[in-house]
Amino acid sequence: MSALVELSGVTKVFHEGRHNALAALRGIDLTIEEGRITVLQGPSGSGKTTLLTVIACLARPTAGRVRVGGEVVSNLPEAFLADVRRRKFGVVFQQFHLVAGLSAWTNVMLPAYPTGRSHADIARRASGLLDRLGLARLAEERVEGLSGGEQQRVAIARALINDPPVVVADEPTANLDSALSADFLGILAGLRDEGRTVIMSSHDPRVFEAPVVDRVVRLLDGKVAA
Amino acid sequence: MRAWINRQSLLVDYTLSALARHGGRNLGLFVVYSAVVFVLASTMLFTHAIRREAKALLTHSPEVLLQKLKAGRHAYLTRGELDGLGRLRGVNRVEGRRWGYFYDAVVGANYTLMAPEAGHPDRGRVDVGDGVARARGLAAGDTLSLRSAAGGLHVFTVGRVFSAESSLVAADLVLMHPSDWEAFFQLPDDVFTDAALSVVNPLEVRNVARKIGERLPESRVILREEVLRTYDSLFDWREGLLLAMASMAAAAFAILAWNKASGLSADERREIGILKAIGWDTRDVLTMKLWEGALISGGAFAVGFLSAWVHVFHLEAALIAPVLKGWSVLYPRFVLTPSVDAVSILTLGLLTVLPYTLATLVPAWRAAITDPDQVMRGTV
Repeated sequence: MSALVELSGVTKVFHEGRHNALAALRGIDLTIEEGRITVLQGPSGSGKTTLLTVIACLARPTAGRVRVGGEVVSNLPEAFLADVRRRKFGVVFQQFHLVAGLSAWTNVMLPAYPTGRSHADIARRASGLLDRLGLARLAEERVEGLSGGEQQRVAIARALINDPPVVVADEPTANLDSALSADFLGILAGLRDEGRTVIMSSHDPRVFEAPVVDRVVRLLDGKVAA
Repeated sequence: MRAWINRQSLLVDYTLSALARHGGRNLGLFVVYSAVVFVLASTMLFTHAIRREAKALLTHSPEVLLQKLKAGRHAYLTRGELDGLGRLRGVNRVEGRRWGYFYDAVVGANYTLMAPEAGHPDRGRVDVGDGVARARGLAAGDTLSLRSAAGGLHVFTVGRVFSAESSLVAADLVLMHPSDWEAFFQLPDDVFTDAALSVVNPLEVRNVARKIGERLPESRVILREEVLRTYDSLFDWREGLLLAMASMAAAAFAILAWNKASGLSADERREIGILKAIGWDTRDVLTMKLWEGALISGGAFAVGFLSAWVHVFHLEAALIAPVLKGWSVLYPRFVLTPSVDAVSILTLGLLTVLPYTLATLVPAWRAAITDPDQVMRGTV
């Protein structure tokens, strides 16, 4: 397995220089292999979500270096970082963060709008993803009318619309019951089996103790625990 | 290029869906926006067209008018004095004009009674402007009775009614035979209200006018260009008055638009955060907002301007004409020839479309530069 994401000495300080400065990450050194399911596990406040945002290029580290696929991304300007984010990562948020008032189908297509691909091409792929995730009959439904599990699958489809090699999920089972959590893990296993890398944060034992998980990274107080 | 078109097309698609999701608020803004453009454009189109109309009609009016003054007041010219004017250097032809004002108590309107030297109706007949015809309900062949200041009743047969095309200058006109005119106003034979002069060299009209003024100090010389300027000033003043009133509405709208555009709601800020988190960059968000501003302001401008066009050129500018045409009882009624001044359209466009479009960009930019990780934290 080759390294897909490499972090060395990554620090993230919020409100840096102010009286309320908070170090969420403290010198993280971590390598994540491609084609595996990696879980960042730790209690609330341990830095799981912050680490995910740095890995997924949603935020820059205060210090340290991040490489994705061999490319240093930690010092890229915003426009280039957005491009990396779009090409390499699909993100599933804890609260799903779908755009209310739009159909499931349109929500799935949104990340591809700025790519320059044709509407027909994007629509075809969105339909295929919704079909694969069992949502074809709900494609035209507004997302606010869907159940939590259905919304999460829409969020997964949206994360896959640009065919990213890495899928990132933040506390994906926090709002799901046991059955839906199992379904979700099944979907992730399928993504791994087609060659994608999955990185997620969770403090849910149903996730980090699940057999499909290849590796668990424990975080505590912004550091990788021994 | 293909990718650029695809990108723009999808961003417009998203913008339209975003506008539809806040339909009520955006529709209200669109309607008010269109109404402001409608009033401004109606005023602009009307005054531009009416000035052009006046200029076209006055092209054939005399180059120089001369009025005699006595003790600073308008006095009558005699035929002998007209002959003397004809002998002045540079003057080609002199025509005496007879005109006077008459207040018609029946309809409460003022008429201009005129008796040209040539082309006048026969005795006992009159030709009337369409304003007079409307006020008195006249058509060709009808009888027009006027009671003179001396108390005598004068009865005329209407020969013809001038067409609406000449209404700007002829709405209140009553043309009659010189003898009828003299009888009606009880004036002696061969007196004239003023004289119309044509000059040998039209390029020298100012010099000729100056020389006439020097030779005849008790006279007032009026050039055609001065009459045109007076029309321009008149309509400029009325346009300014209406624009001043409209500008208050425009200012109220600007406050409304700024408030709407600059105050992104929490939902809109969250939506921008989501878009950034799923791969849009600041440029994509700003392009989308630019489209939003352009669609609202451009659409409202198009609707407002086209409505103004129909209002002015097909519905006789019914809403603003009373203010712009004047406060006379006999409003001229005419269909204006469509005429557009590109500079005015551009100015109107810049003053209405550009500020709104830019106003939408500033708050969008502020929202778009926030780190997308805030979405993941739920702080957006």
